[in-house]
Amino acid sequence: MRTTIILKTASNYLLPVLLLFSVFILLRGHYLPGGGFVGGLVAAIAFILHSFANGLKKTKELLMMHPGYLIPTGLAISFLSGLVPVALFDLPFMTGLWSHDPVAILGNIGSALFFDIGVYLVVVGVTLTIIFTISESA
Amino acid sequence: MTQQLILYPLFLQIGIGIILLFAWSKIKFQKIFSILGSVVSVGLSCWLFYYIWNYGTQTIQSGNWAAPFGITFVADTLAATLVLLTSIAGLAVSIFSAGSVLKDRLRFGYFPIFHFLLLGLNGAFLTGDIFNLYVWFEIIIISSFVLITIGGEKAQLEGAVKYFTLNILASMIFLTAIAVLYGLTGSLNMADLAGKIAAIENRGLVEITGILFLIGFGIKAGVFPLYFWLPASYHTPPFAVSAIFGGLLTKVGVYALIRVFTLIFTSDAFLDNILMVIAILTLVSGGIGALVQNNMRKVFSYLIICHIGYMIAGLGMFTEVAIAGAVFYLIHDIIVKTNLFMLSGLVYRLKGTNSMRDLGGIYAKWPKISLLLFIPLFSLVGIPPLSGFWPKINLIKAGFSGGSYITVGAIIFASFITLVIIARLWAEVFWKEGKELPFRPNFGYFTKMKTYKRLQFIVPVALLSIVSLYIGFGAEHIQELSARIADELVNNQGYIDSVLNLKK
Repeated sequence: MRTTIILKTASNYLLPVLLLFSVFILLRGHYLPGGGFVGGLVAAIAFILHSFANGLKKTKELLMMHPGYLIPTGLAISFLSGLVPVALFDLPFMTGLWSHDPVAILGNIGSALFFDIGVYLVVVGVTLTIIFTISESA
Repeated sequence: MTQQLILYPLFLQIGIGIILLFAWSKIKFQKIFSILGSVVSVGLSCWLFYYIWNYGTQTIQSGNWAAPFGITFVADTLAATLVLLTSIAGLAVSIFSAGSVLKDRLRFGYFPIFHFLLLGLNGAFLTGDIFNLYVWFEIIIISSFVLITIGGEKAQLEGAVKYFTLNILASMIFLTAIAVLYGLTGSLNMADLAGKIAAIENRGLVEITGILFLIGFGIKAGVFPLYFWLPASYHTPPFAVSAIFGGLLTKVGVYALIRVFTLIFTSDAFLDNILMVIAILTLVSGGIGALVQNNMRKVFSYLIICHIGYMIAGLGMFTEVAIAGAVFYLIHDIIVKTNLFMLSGLVYRLKGTNSMRDLGGIYAKWPKISLLLFIPLFSLVGIPPLSGFWPKINLIKAGFSGGSYITVGAIIFASFITLVIIARLWAEVFWKEGKELPFRPNFGYFTKMKTYKRLQFIVPVALLSIVSLYIGFGAEHIQELSARIADELVNNQGYIDSVLNLKK
């Protein structure tokens, strides 16, 4: 696939910006529009754009592992975030646990955040696996 | 520790699923881990059942949100029984899959998806929230889409398209019904709905909502006018997949019907009449459909439909005895239908075909295996004292005392036609002199297998046959269990109090 130098140069700068933006969306998701699902999609778009500009091989080198592994990792994080109140405090599954003092930038950290991080990883993993498989077979 | 016991089967299945996803390409590990996990799952479900049996209905408010607002998980005796049966059938199919499913399919994540399917089934049985029930149904059908298409043979994809279309349609109707229900009452908690629906004055609207649920669950259960997808798709995927589909997927539709029509839409003469008519037509049409089939798996597919009729009839009569019969039949049917599809897989490996015309001579060549296969086949018919016999007593008794003689007639007709079909199948497949079939050099014949591989075919069939025998010979225990479940279902105040926390 031939790509213009404009796209190629732009994608190198856009990748970190989009990833940062996806993390921002992930973090604001608890009270405002956003969250793990949309954040994950934005992150996946960042990598897809990179692969359009630089070829699939370069993107895979950048990722260093098969995106498929993000799926069980994300599932495990989400699942464990629900399991922590059961295991540690004997509260029902998925009870929200929150820190008392807000952390700088992030605000109050709770188990819901880790659930969303899990969703984020699953979405990135699934989207990239699908797109990579399609473009490999095309 | 025991406070969260209800959710342990779900935790276990999702845990197994995640670990198997990490070991994506390690097939040998997946096989062993899946079987071990299923053994643990049987243990956990036994524990849950034991606990519910001794201490009554248990609930968990997930996320610690109080009842009508949060998602409630409820384990009453029916749910605990079905979770136990699911785990037993899951163990058998897990062993059978390890032996029978081809490597090419296992490499594409067969086992993790299989455990996600079991997760969905357990979740559907345990949830007390109607929208959450929809979510579990989605998990079930998404997993089943993967399982039915994995491998991508032409016939398989054709079956999958039919399966996919009608199940998506069913889900949409189910979702619409939930939306209407929510519009009527403003609640999704089934126990809460029970009270709110009873208070609505516009009965016509309630009945129509009930019918929407009936159509949605009816497609999934495979009742009379809505069953066409089932015999068109169940004979195409690998045998292990058919086994879990045939044993459990239609039954989860029946479970949902039982739950919704005993808890939310209760004692409505109009709906009960519709259920009765559907039941009669299902019994007759399924039976006649099975009569003309030649492929063993197609015969069993039609028999699934036919026998769904018994359970719907029990639900339609809506007396305690009838529902006990329906539940007893459900218990018997999950085990025996799973076993029948594994049986057809075993026959396929013995002779290389499933066509009844070409089969034959199995009894002469493998008498011990034939005797083993005799148990599930004739349990299905219900030759006393085997397991299919006992629930029909309840159903017929309830039919006579309720004066619904046509239903009794249909039940007897369906039993008779099942007997004819199975007797013919026995004669054709086992007794008839076998003809020489062309030898397929690349086919994994049973005779060519190593002993441990053979055991992976024999052990699950034997396991479920033993359970079937127990249901038949220990019918007193199962009857006691079904009577208790029917009592809980008909007098649903206990369930409602337990969910809404009224008694404490």
